[in-house]
Amino acid sequence: MKCQHCEKPAVFHITELTGPEPQEVHLCEDHAQLFLAMPGSESEEAAPAAPSGKQKKLAKTAEDLSRVDQSTCPKCGITFHEFRQQGRLGCAHDYDHFQRELEPLLSNIHGEKVHCGKRPRTAGAEALVRAELNRLKEQMREAVDKEQYELASQLRDQIRKLDKDGTNS
Amino acid sequence: MKLDALARGCGEWLRGTGPDSDIVVSSRIRLARNLAEFPFIRRCTETQRRAIARLVRERVAEVDAWSGTEYVDIQGLGDIDRQLLVERQLISRELSKAEGPRAVVVEPQETFSLMVNEEDHLRLQVMHSGFDLEPAWNKINHLDDLLEERLPFAFHEQLGYLTACPTNVGTGLRVSVMFHLPGLVLSREIDKVFRGLQKMHLAVRGLYGEGSQALGDFYQISNQLTLGKTEEQLIARVAEIVPQLLEYERKARQTLLEHNHKELHDRVSRALGILRTAKTISSEETLLLLSSVRLGINLKLITDIDIATVNRLFLQTQPAHLQKIRGRELDTAERNEERAIFLQKHLPAA
Repeated sequence: MKCQHCEKPAVFHITELTGPEPQEVHLCEDHAQLFLAMPGSESEEAAPAAPSGKQKKLAKTAEDLSRVDQSTCPKCGITFHEFRQQGRLGCAHDYDHFQRELEPLLSNIHGEKVHCGKRPRTAGAEALVRAELNRLKEQMREAVDKEQYELASQLRDQIRKLDKDGTNS
Repeated sequence: MKLDALARGCGEWLRGTGPDSDIVVSSRIRLARNLAEFPFIRRCTETQRRAIARLVRERVAEVDAWSGTEYVDIQGLGDIDRQLLVERQLISRELSKAEGPRAVVVEPQETFSLMVNEEDHLRLQVMHSGFDLEPAWNKINHLDDLLEERLPFAFHEQLGYLTACPTNVGTGLRVSVMFHLPGLVLSREIDKVFRGLQKMHLAVRGLYGEGSQALGDFYQISNQLTLGKTEEQLIARVAEIVPQLLEYERKARQTLLEHNHKELHDRVSRALGILRTAKTISSEETLLLLSSVRLGINLKLITDIDIATVNRLFLQTQPAHLQKIRGRELDTAERNEERAIFLQKHLPAA
């Protein structure tokens, strides 16, 4: 069976019970990951039509969602709704344009928000300093997790120094 | 490209050598990259896709390290040729089935390839035989540097390399190690091991990656997260579990040898017997039996065949390879007969 959003084979088969009728969802790995990470995803299709007093808050959320859904990237023209449907973004600018919506999604998927790996060498000296800072911060966090406090404080000092030097230069 | 010649040989990654190659078939790393000046693939027009393919082709031609590579226009290939590239793991099934201008750049030894216009503009991969992740990373990192000097990639200060799917953003890195685990399958311990891996955010996939079945006891283990860790950390996470998995598999094999020697010997001998004498055989059955033979060789229960031969047969008995070697299109029944003839020729009785 194919994923309902792309050509890949469906490996996750979910039965949604949130709406009036149970809905079957068949997804590939990537789309399943997005589906599970997406806050309130698919809810607008399944949501009951008439909000009672009790459901005001829900309706508000649905309203917010539909406003977000109509938001359109000025560069590539993709709407957030289209992204939610397809699971693929339209251009690099989407990451800025939909930043507020994507941030919780990225946290859900990766458990992290900041890149600390490789970066293009051509991105300039400032970018390199920032990359090094990210790397050190990550190391410091790991040191704290492992209760290696001496190492953590050394790393903190390095971060402070680099931060100061980096902004002065 | 000389795809006919390709079909008769075997990629470097299947040569059956390298560290722990009795259990680890290959180590693969891929990087997802997008060109800053174009929209992502789904929003690209046909003209833009063609422009990307042309740009990549021109820039790649300027790199010395890429001399000798072959640029293959996928759009212009027939079904069998596209399938051939999938079977060799040089392209994904998605790129094979997609539409519009798209390509793959292949190095003759098949240690690396570059898919153009897949889900991302560029998907670079390096494949090594055996458990060899560090050299594979050094190689792909260098190749990526060379590309980056000529092609400006979409990069975000906070989020790193930008990808069409947010599940790949950051490093754009997927590291996959392919294992042959017949011991754990036979001793029915495999599910337990995989449940443990999934808790560690590692994905388990079949022979052809996402959504494919674990044919012939082959499994790929790979990272799921791509953001917030360095490439080295992500690779180390996968590498860390390899020694343990090797130990489990070796122990399972040893236990089988000690407690079920006769049954095991019978199983691998029968497998070889069928492969040597069948008159018609499907690719699934072939994979299953070759897997037993591979185990038999590693446990020295079979001594007149080497691993490299078995690895080659795994590849060349697949549908597109058979048709390519035979030089014409074959239906399923014809393929099953051709496969039996091919196996007999390459597994002569001692």
